[in-house]
Amino acid sequence: MLTEKKDKTGLFIGAVCLAVLYVFLILLDNVIPQNSFTLLLVPVLKKGAIYSLVCVSMNLLNGFTGLFSLGQAGFMMLGGYAYAIFSIPKDQHAAVYQYFDGGLIQFSIPEALSNVLGESAGAIIGSIICIMIAGIVAAAFAALIGIPVLRLKSDYLAIATLGFAEILRAIFQWSGLGPITNGSNLLRKYTSLSAIKIGSLKLATFFPFFIAGISIALIVLLINSSYGRAFKAIRDDEIAAEAMGINLFRHKMLSFVISSFFAGVGGALLAMFQTTIQATPFKSAMTYELLLIVVIGGIGSISGSCIGAFLFIACNEWWLRFLDNGSFMGMSVPFFRDGFRKVVFSVIIMVIVLFFSKGIMGDREISFAGLARRIRGSKPSGGKEAPAK
Amino acid sequence: MSGFLEANLPYILAGISVGGQYALIAIGYTMVYGILRLINFAHGDVFMVAGLVMVYTSASMPMVLAIPVVILATVILGFAIERVAYMPLRSAPRMSVMISAIGVSYLLQNCALYFTGGLPKVYPEIPLLSNSVTIFGATTKVVTLITPVITLVLVIALVTFINKTKLGMAMRAVSKDFETSQLMGIRINNVISATFMIGCFLAAIGSLLYFSNYTSVIPTSGGMPGLKAFVAAVFGGIGSIPGAVIGAFVIGICENIIKGMGLTTFSDAFTFVLLIVILLVKPTGIFGEKATDKV
Amino acid sequence: MSRPVVLSLENITMQFGGVVAINNLSMEIPEGNITALIGPNGAGKTTAFNCITGVYQPTNGIVRFMDKVIVASHPTGKDLKNYKGWNADAYAGMKIIDPTPDQITRLGIARTFQNIRLWKSMTVFENVLTAKHMRAKQNVFSATFRANAKEEKRMRDETMALLEEQGLDRFRDELATSLPYGLQRRLEIARALATDPKLLLLDEPAAGMNPQETLELSEFIKQIRDKYGLTILLIEHHMDLVMGIADYIYVIDFGSEIAQGLPAEIQSNRKVIDAYLGVSEDE
Repeated sequence: MLTEKKDKTGLFIGAVCLAVLYVFLILLDNVIPQNSFTLLLVPVLKKGAIYSLVCVSMNLLNGFTGLFSLGQAGFMMLGGYAYAIFSIPKDQHAAVYQYFDGGLIQFSIPEALSNVLGESAGAIIGSIICIMIAGIVAAAFAALIGIPVLRLKSDYLAIATLGFAEILRAIFQWSGLGPITNGSNLLRKYTSLSAIKIGSLKLATFFPFFIAGISIALIVLLINSSYGRAFKAIRDDEIAAEAMGINLFRHKMLSFVISSFFAGVGGALLAMFQTTIQATPFKSAMTYELLLIVVIGGIGSISGSCIGAFLFIACNEWWLRFLDNGSFMGMSVPFFRDGFRKVVFSVIIMVIVLFFSKGIMGDREISFAGLARRIRGSKPSGGKEAPAK
Repeated sequence: MSGFLEANLPYILAGISVGGQYALIAIGYTMVYGILRLINFAHGDVFMVAGLVMVYTSASMPMVLAIPVVILATVILGFAIERVAYMPLRSAPRMSVMISAIGVSYLLQNCALYFTGGLPKVYPEIPLLSNSVTIFGATTKVVTLITPVITLVLVIALVTFINKTKLGMAMRAVSKDFETSQLMGIRINNVISATFMIGCFLAAIGSLLYFSNYTSVIPTSGGMPGLKAFVAAVFGGIGSIPGAVIGAFVIGICENIIKGMGLTTFSDAFTFVLLIVILLVKPTGIFGEKATDKV
Repeated sequence: MSRPVVLSLENITMQFGGVVAINNLSMEIPEGNITALIGPNGAGKTTAFNCITGVYQPTNGIVRFMDKVIVASHPTGKDLKNYKGWNADAYAGMKIIDPTPDQITRLGIARTFQNIRLWKSMTVFENVLTAKHMRAKQNVFSATFRANAKEEKRMRDETMALLEEQGLDRFRDELATSLPYGLQRRLEIARALATDPKLLLLDEPAAGMNPQETLELSEFIKQIRDKYGLTILLIEHHMDLVMGIADYIYVIDFGSEIAQGLPAEIQSNRKVIDAYLGVSEDE
């Protein structure tokens, strides 16, 4: 009963932190004047939030259910495409699908809603509906793919999911599907993050945080439910889990479908962020990157995945940029040229994989309840938040 | 029938050739998997690196020298990868080793990207291999005809090595039972290193043959052939060398016939469909042994 | 006297490749009994458990639970050609029933493992709580959105009660694998009980225990049998334990039954003594 009280304090602190963050994001978009710093910060924040969601969804599968799946990029691509296809405005179809007679699908959900609800409400609700569709499309594909694939054991599963993602990518670029996917050409002109605003209040940075926040919260609730425990049981010992009445296939499927749903949502957000989408970048290298973020953060830690995602994106797009530019603090350094950043990055990752295999967080979580206790000065009782593994 | 053969002869020839090249990569996968139960995700990238090394060495030395240097460099690379990235994780969970393999793959690709500057590097013409010949009315490169021969010779040599020498016997023992072989005094680390080196040696030769058919090497060149070779290894029954070779030829020929039918988009997809089908119907592959998990 | 039979095995044969691990094994386990399955190492005892619980599909034979056929099998195709056991066509016309282990558990058969298989990243409490998942009245949505808080609370309360009863409540927040060996075995039993079984299969519950712990364990097994109205089938090597608590004993060697009877009969059975001590050729 004591713990419950502490949980409440923790929850309160957490809610306050979240509220402060969200207010800050809104201020960042509207009040704080743009300068060279915010120009770098804002995209990192947006992309970091999106990658957090995708990595958490991957962690649900790889970290919590113990299924070594490498199909994440494929499901993101499905989500991104589904989002884009349903939100390209009608009069832009001719321009976007210029090689395919304006495409097959001739309506746009945000546009249709804008006509009824007014522009900003239509864009927001419409894009949320499209994001849901993106998730559902990815989840439906996962359910189909899962039937054969989830019967396979660990490393075969990895190869099979990787293979499926590659097949999907090839098929999406096939000109036969052109009227829907636009073949190997870009999809563009759909509702992007900059269209998300209420009147003149811009929500471009707030929005991905909002969607990712809700999604991650849902995943956390799932993991702490009876189903989450069943997932962990499967991860720890499949045979024991089955002997205790947990249907392996059903639960693996559930985890796979839910993970893919959120990967699809993440893909939709990425499409909104990028303003254009194409199948090419969603290759296995992207899944590898996501997996490595999960490892950096700690396999089996949600907060770890989020920290890992922001760190990765910040280093990749901002802090380590100088490695590619050929100069460091004004001096030109001979090795620094295009691509050096990625080399340094891979070396860091290998060091983490080899010497700090638990990553930043191990399987622990940042807990506001623990924080509250620390602030009050009482010693943490150990146990729940930091199980020594 | 003869009509089909005539129309498809170039594709079948190309298929046999590509199949031989896949076979040389697949052996590396299957041997490593047999011993460490690890999908060496980096193997395809080692193959790509061998291609890039060829590009650079052939520019600075005569071909007679460049080829041995490429092979040597690839073997050393394989040895180094095993020692640095896999050996420290010998007792770690399998997922960690697999992640390490993915990390190495990522590292090799990024290094390649850095050195090439992201530009496709033109693969040198190897005299003899790159010459054109005409066979049954179909024009092709010498390499197409020579690949299956080289592949078969190497495979026979390898199988003899594994069955007749002491090191080969040790390899078989380790793949049957890791712990017991260790107790029997087999130097596990040496055996594993040797396995990686043989795998990389074959991958280097595979890369010489493979890239002679194409014009250029890019950092992601290793990905697809690597995955396909892995599928070939699974198809044949992972751990079985003849299985991997047969699997590789099946995949090579089928994908080229599919290409011949004008369905290039689906030639890659075919490989993975084949993988799923084989894993569901006969998870141990054609020549694999059945293993039962102990409860 | 005659109580209804809870579990019966009929002519179960399990063949792996050319090796017959169990040959034509038949058993009947009456309600409320503690039945022991004994035999030397490698006799096929655990394999028998695995055939009952759906881990293996037996090559031939059927298993009945509460008068319902739950496992049925007969050799077909290549297996039939290589079949070395008895009664190859006894069940030839029968529909093959090959349930998964979770389906068996759902019917009310729970088990423990010879080499303890607790979920290692979970606490003692979570181990038992997770075993309650199977019978929880909730779906993934109601569980995620906490729509059925009563159900979750019921599961937690029942888990706590179970732990208290087993004397494990002191360790509730410890990692399961950090417990001493004897308690891990007990936790495995508690976890099996959490699935509300009618029949409990214990695979060497006293392995690695000292005489004192073994004695406590026999008392404990009797207690849970009476309290939960269980029927128990156990595999054991500790003869003290077996002779002390078993109502009936089956002895197998090389996969075949060599004796069955009351403990006193088994103790004086020549074949059993030979099987355990080994018999020299010229005797």
